[in-house]
Amino acid sequence: MSQHEQANHGHDHGVKPYVIGFILAVILTVIPFWLVMDGVLSKGATLWTIVIMAVVQIAVHLKYFLHLSFTTEDGRLNSFTFLFSALIIVLVVGLSVWIIYASNAMMMG
Amino acid sequence: MFGKLTLDALPLHVPIVMGTLAVVAVLGLALVIAITKYGKWGYLWREWITSVDHKRLGVMYIILAQVMMLRGFADAIMMRTQLAVATNGAEGYLPPEHYDQIFTAHGVIMIIFMAMPFMIGLMNIVLPLQIGARDVAFPFLNNLSFWLAVAGALLVNISLAVGEFAKTGWVAYPPLSGINYSPGSGVDYYIWALQISGIGTTLTGVNFIATVLKMRAPGMKLMQMPIFTWACTWANILIVASFPILTGALAMLTLDRYLGFHFFTNDLGGNAMMYINLFWAWGHPEVYILVLPAFGIFSEVISTFSGKRLFGYTSMVVASGAISILGFIVWLHHFFTMGSSADVNAFFGVTTMIIAVPTGVKLFNWLFTMYKGRVQFKPPVLWTLGFMVTFTIGGMTGVLLSVPGADYVLHNSLFLIAHFHNTILGGAVFGYMAGFAYWFPKAMGYKLDEKWGKRAFWFWQIGFYVAFMPLYVLGFLGMTRRMNHTDNPDWNMWLYIACAGAFIIGLGVVSQLIQLYVSYRDREKNRDVTGDPWNGHTLEWSTMSPPQFYNFAKDPVVSDIDAFTDMKEKGTAYQRPEKYEPIHMPCNTGAGFIMGMLLTVFGFAFVWHIWWLVVITLLGTIATFIKRCYDTDVDYYVQPDEIENIENAHLAAVQSTLKA
Repeated sequence: MSQHEQANHGHDHGVKPYVIGFILAVILTVIPFWLVMDGVLSKGATLWTIVIMAVVQIAVHLKYFLHLSFTTEDGRLNSFTFLFSALIIVLVVGLSVWIIYASNAMMMG
Repeated sequence: MFGKLTLDALPLHVPIVMGTLAVVAVLGLALVIAITKYGKWGYLWREWITSVDHKRLGVMYIILAQVMMLRGFADAIMMRTQLAVATNGAEGYLPPEHYDQIFTAHGVIMIIFMAMPFMIGLMNIVLPLQIGARDVAFPFLNNLSFWLAVAGALLVNISLAVGEFAKTGWVAYPPLSGINYSPGSGVDYYIWALQISGIGTTLTGVNFIATVLKMRAPGMKLMQMPIFTWACTWANILIVASFPILTGALAMLTLDRYLGFHFFTNDLGGNAMMYINLFWAWGHPEVYILVLPAFGIFSEVISTFSGKRLFGYTSMVVASGAISILGFIVWLHHFFTMGSSADVNAFFGVTTMIIAVPTGVKLFNWLFTMYKGRVQFKPPVLWTLGFMVTFTIGGMTGVLLSVPGADYVLHNSLFLIAHFHNTILGGAVFGYMAGFAYWFPKAMGYKLDEKWGKRAFWFWQIGFYVAFMPLYVLGFLGMTRRMNHTDNPDWNMWLYIACAGAFIIGLGVVSQLIQLYVSYRDREKNRDVTGDPWNGHTLEWSTMSPPQFYNFAKDPVVSDIDAFTDMKEKGTAYQRPEKYEPIHMPCNTGAGFIMGMLLTVFGFAFVWHIWWLVVITLLGTIATFIKRCYDTDVDYYVQPDEIENIENAHLAAVQSTLKA
């Protein structure tokens, strides 16, 4: 039934998570900028900090903007869907790159 | 005006094809005359073609699968007789350019247009009933998916009459399938048939995942879903994850062929190996998509006919999940010989071997389910037992092939052909046969004739071994696949035996046709009055046979894996509610059929470069879809008095049978 009881329709999360997410995102963006502009850390340390900040930023987006969570029924479904898709993409893309790179190396090298 | 299409595209000089077309034309004409004579066009259109009822769509899927099985089987008989005749250097009766089309068509038809529709058909009929839902989540989408599958099947069959089919094998590897080496219409037919039906399959996957997540009966937790539903759910997850890879790979091949792109060419940065890689990144999950629902069917059948609960329900669900994920990291074993590094081959060899573990878990679960049960040897059980032996042999030869070193010897030999028929036929197809016999009374209202069912099984089972065991031997003797004729006296005897086996399987197919006729003739005697002919465990058996169009008058409340057994034990089955509520139902629609037919013409026009027709049919498809989206008259309510009449008739029939 297309009009099956849509009990979970209309997620009302309020403004709060968006504000928190926005502030965290700004902080996580400003720190790498500041590191690069001021050059306070060594090049390697700067790179690693940027990578870590980026990964944390992804988590912030997922939690506060896409509302992935493991506490609500809907959130769990979305989280597992996301994790499964991510796993499959990593497997297919990652292994494909490995396969083609290795066979190229065998032919060219 | 007609692009590349000229009169030369008609196979006027090939007597075998013209003979086939003549037979098809006569049968088609007879069918049209019969429908007209009995005035059934309106009934067909209103009740079937436009139907959004999952049960009707399931029946139509299975009819499609069985018609295509006859075509695919005819191809198989032709190949085996050709190889039995064309020994000692003789040329046989099929010239290479025709033979190449036959083995390609056989593969494409059996996988995409026989096994897939059969599996999806059974899932359509059973899954919503098993979870106590009134239909799938998106009924119109379900109808559209079916007509997209038909569109693909039509394109394959049109290629028989107009132009040619691909001569590349069912995998269509470039550069052979590229425009330079396959300039004809064959590969284009292949591309559009797979592309259109593949999109339909993806939509089916989305539809059924939404159905099991959102429309389970009240009280049914995920880990209380019937095992067949779980197996289908894993298959649907695999569909959604893998079919887009096929869509993408085919789209790139299309660009190469039509617009001179260089994704898979040998020059200008193209890499043909990437096609092989992407094809199997879809192709391997695809075989698990076929076999997982069959595993689910065996689980239902063996537990019902042993009169016991399924042994190890949780381990069954987990094993299916493990197979689904592992199934995504083994695809390179289809091309070990491509020559990737030893590390790559070792990795994929090991993952392939590991898949045997969850599959073994399943086999032991079935054995333990039968242990100390009262097993009734009805046809569905025979198919299941035949599967357990046959599939185990196929699995063991698979583990053998997963050793990269062994694979270098056996790659593309008949050993491989024997192996995958051993698993797909002995695994998936035997499962669909079991499911067909098991759920036939539910879908049609009467049981299948058991005598002919048993004959069909034994012909299939014996014929299978006679046809395919010689191929293992021929593989060891060095015979490769896709050969048109041979000149090696050592092979002759095995080729003759394999040909005889194909004809024994043919007797099985004939027995099945007779079984359908006999069962229809004796349908009053074999009528399933109660809707529960096998003392079933799950909710589909609580409905009438065939089920009420709204499935359940009241949503069943579930508190056990074997929900219907639970109700029967507690005495809450067949209860008459105090009053019935109106039921909200979707209206039938012709939009899916119109879009499917337009896309058939679209594919045909694309094959022959008839650009004006491509534009018109594409716009027509989009317009039909938009019109359907703005249609507000898509649902209605079934009124309580109508429901009461139907339910009272059912309950009265059940009561009178239970007393007798």
